[in-house]
Order: sequence, then C-alpha cells, then structure tokens
Amino acid sequence: MSWNPFYLISAIFRFYRDGFRNMTWGKVLWAVILLKLFILFVVLRLFFFKPAMSGKTDEQKSEIVGNAITRPNLINNTKTE
Amino acid sequence: MNTALINWSRLQFAVTAAYHWLFVPLTLGLALIIAVMETIYYRNKQTLWKSMTKFWMKLFAINFAVGIATGLILEFEFGTNWSNYSWLVGDIFGAPLAIEGIVAFFMEATFFAVMFFGWEKVSPGFHLASTWFTGIGAALSAYWILVANGWMQNPVGTVFNPDTVRNEMVSFGTVATNPVAVNKFFHSVFSGWMTGGVFTIGVSAWYLLKKKKIPFAKSSMAVGSLVGIAGAVAVILSGDRSGVDIARYQPMKLAAVEGLDNGGRNASFSIVPGVSVPSMLSILATHDPNGYVPGINDIILGYTDNDGGYVLPVQAKMWRGRKALAALNYYRNSNDSVPENKALFKRVVESNSAYMGYGRLSKPADVVPNVPFVYWSFRTMVYLGCFILLVLILVQFFLYKDKIMKNRWLLRLAIISIPLVYICGQAGWIVSEVGRQPWAIQDLLTVGAATSSLSVAAVKTTFFIFLIVFALFLVIEIGIMLKAIQKGPDPYFPDEINSTHQNYRRE
Repeated sequence: MSWNPFYLISAIFRFYRDGFRNMTWGKVLWAVILLKLFILFVVLRLFFFKPAMSGKTDEQKSEIVGNAITRPNLINNTKTE
Repeated sequence: MNTALINWSRLQFAVTAAYHWLFVPLTLGLALIIAVMETIYYRNKQTLWKSMTKFWMKLFAINFAVGIATGLILEFEFGTNWSNYSWLVGDIFGAPLAIEGIVAFFMEATFFAVMFFGWEKVSPGFHLASTWFTGIGAALSAYWILVANGWMQNPVGTVFNPDTVRNEMVSFGTVATNPVAVNKFFHSVFSGWMTGGVFTIGVSAWYLLKKKKIPFAKSSMAVGSLVGIAGAVAVILSGDRSGVDIARYQPMKLAAVEGLDNGGRNASFSIVPGVSVPSMLSILATHDPNGYVPGINDIILGYTDNDGGYVLPVQAKMWRGRKALAALNYYRNSNDSVPENKALFKRVVESNSAYMGYGRLSKPADVVPNVPFVYWSFRTMVYLGCFILLVLILVQFFLYKDKIMKNRWLLRLAIISIPLVYICGQAGWIVSEVGRQPWAIQDLLTVGAATSSLSVAAVKTTFFIFLIVFALFLVIEIGIMLKAIQKGPDPYFPDEINSTHQNYRRE
C-alpha cells in the first residue's frame, strides 16, 4: 500500500463515492437529512431565527444585557415582575 | 416581565429539547448494542451476527438521520429567544460546544461512514473499531453538552465580570469536571443504554409474536436485555449520586421532587401522597438516615445545613441580589469621575454576584417551582424505570430458560415498554429542568431575565412552525423504521444458530 498523499486522498474519495453509489435504503435517509437541513438552515434560520443581537458589537451587547438585568422595567416596556 | 413571552419561549425550548431527546438515547443505546453484536461476529464469524449487526445498524442510521441537527435548533433558539442568556454564558459555553462540534463532526462522521460503507473495504478489525468509535464519539458529544447543562445547574469555575456583563471562565478544568455534569453524563448515557435495550427487545418481541426470524430475534433480545439491564442498574446507581448532588446544590429541586413543605432529620420518602418510607429521603439525599433535608419553607426562611453552615433566607438573598444589581447599574452607567467610587461599586457587585439572580425576584415564594409537576414527573420516571428493569430481567430469565416464546404476555409487555422507556427519559428531564425553575442559571439568572425582547406573536409563530416540522419528521422516521422492521434482517443461515446459542435453544 502506498502512503502517497494523492493516493490516500483518492482512496478516501473512492471510498465515499462508492459508498454513496451503492446505497439502497440509505438514499431515502439522505433525502430526509437534506430536506431537514434545508428547512433548518434556509427556511428557519433565514426567515425566523435571526439572532436577536446580530450585528451588535460586544460593547453594545454588554449594554443591552446590562440594562436588561439591572432595569427590568425596560424590557419590552411591559409590566414587570 | 411579559409572562406570555417567557412562557412561550420556555414552551418552545422545552418542546425542542424533548424532541431532541427522542433521538439521543436511542443513538447512545443502539451504538453500544451494535458494537457488542459486531464484536461477537468478529469473534465467531457467524453470519447471523453479521446480519444482526447490519439490521440494528440500519435502525441506528434511521434514528440518527432524523435526529441529526435537532440539537442545532436549540442553538438557534439560544441566539433568538434567549439572547440575554447567550451573552451571559457565551464565554463558558463556547469551549464545550466547540469541542462537541469538532468531536461530533470528526469522530462520528468519519467512523460512521466507515461503519456503513466499509464492510467489505476495510479490515474486520478496523471496521469493528469504527463501530465502537462511533458510539464513543456519540457519548463524548453528549458529555460536552451535559457540561453546558451541568453548569446551568451548578455554575462553577467562572466569575461575573461587571465590565462585560458576562460570566467568564476562570477554570476550564472545574467547568469540565463539574460533579453535576459528570453525574448527568453517566445518568444520561446509561439511560440511553436502557432505551436501546428496551427498543431492541421490543422490536425482537414483535418478530417472536409473529413467529418470524426467531433465532435472530432471540439473539437480539439476549444482547438487548443484557445491555438494558446493565443500563438500568447503572441508572439507579448514578441516580443515587444525583440525589446527593441535588440535595447539595439545588435543595429546592429536591424539596419540590418530594413535595416537602417542612424538612428535618430522618426525612421520609413519599411513595405516593400519604404513603411514605421513614428516613428514606435522608438516606437518599445525604446517605445518612439522620441527615437533614430542608423543605420548601426551610429554604425560604433559612436553615442550617448538614455541614453546620447557615443558609440565608431567600429574602436576605434577594436583598443581596438587589444590592449587586444596583451596584452594577451604578458601576456601568454612572459618570462618577472618582475611580475609588467605581472600584467600590465593582467590589459590591463581585461580593454579591452569587445572589445576583435573586435581585430579580419579587417575592421569596418565586423560588418554588411547579411542585405537583416535578413530584409526579419524578415518580413517573422512577416507577416506569423499575417496571422496565423488571421486564428486562424477565426477558433475560425466560430467554435463559428457553421459554420466551411461551410467554406471549411478556413479549407484549416488551413492545409496550418501548413508549414507556421514552416517557421515563422525558420525565427525568422534566424533573431536572422544571425542578430548577425559576432559574436559567442557578441563583444567577432567572428565565425572565434570560429571554430576548421579542414579540409574543413571533415566538408563537416559530413554536407552531416547529410543532408542524417536528411532527412531520417524526412521522417520517417512524414510517421508515416500521418499513425496515417489517422487511427484517438480511438472510442468514439458521443452521449456525444451534452451535452458537446453546443457552437459547430453538423452541
């Protein structure tokens, strides 16, 4: 067996390629995985789960959280505990 | 605080976490079962064992495929619904979650592929090692997640930094070896073995009831019941340790588990309301029948613990918490030009930061979780766990006596045990997470202060989207799995069975 890195990479590539090609029931699972990842990362992440403090600097985040935990009245401008 | 926002955010997180936990225990349990089966095949080279390994591997893959990335949704929710919390814990959770990601990706992805694609392509020894490493990788992933969870239950190895408004790690080793996390890890992994074992005997029982694939089903049952028994016994032992940890670090959770209003020495354990075992709670909580266990009222009013230390009343903790928050507010917002003044307020924050979360409470009774829910969840977990252990032992006994086929009631019980073991695991997490309310981080942050400033409608919308998506994928998984079970294992040679299973003779 050669330890040539190109041979190794090629062998790993063929290993995965043949594995995927020869799959039977596994193809259904891959379809399920891809569908789920699409829903998670494209639909949910992009449209529904935007990080509440994205785009803020660390200083701004400290400011927001510092205000939130020390001045509960300001959160949501709603009735406090 | 907007109660509706908190409740919807909590419900969404609870449903997501519960959904995630449908897949994790079976992954952990089946990983061990297929590794044991392949090890036997590696040693005896019997086709039956290869067929068994491949069949259970297929069910493992289905569960893995549908469960994959469900944990990521929790991380989405941290950023969106729990942004205050995420900022406060970011420095601590970063390392464990990064390690989890790397371990999960490299170990599981690499060895998982070898396990499925490598049957005829790598040596039997390397294939076997890959199967074991897939299971070990899954368990290691769970460890780092539970380090994060354990820190929320018992925040150690960190300090609160008033400048950044973050809890910052001062000792990775202390965080990684947090006794709550370590015990949670073992308790969770062993419950996974139990789940895997019950799933295996339940599916095998279905074949036996149908009188199909009998040698395969009996051999699978033998492995499944042994792994399940080992898991159940280890769950009991680690659960005992959990009791001691909860008594030490989260006494209110223990009081809620017991519905204990007033504690004392020789505390009784409640079997059901009105029926109790004298001194048993003291033994479980302190390993001493004379040990002191505080009740809800004791915790609210203050008490002396088993080490002789005085635990402050909640009102006093609230006072110190408010002092910390007021000092933090002044320290961060004041234009005081005298450095000594700011340094003084910083010291006030630091010396009272252990009670910071109490500053957000409006009354002492706010520290009491939903007692009936926690009380009955604990009993559901314990009684179902004992029932399942009994079923596993009976299955093993009748397999050994070669009378499993004649006890069809037991085969039916084995099938019924599959949903029961899931209810058992979910009940355990309810005890752990509902029992620590109102804390997102024990004593440091309430769930109310942890939530993001979102509209209730937005959280409701994502909640129902999740519910639909989760239900859809669950139906898909169950459908694919039932189809795979109906198809059964690959053909094997029944003649080989008698030589390898002398204890499990064909009936």
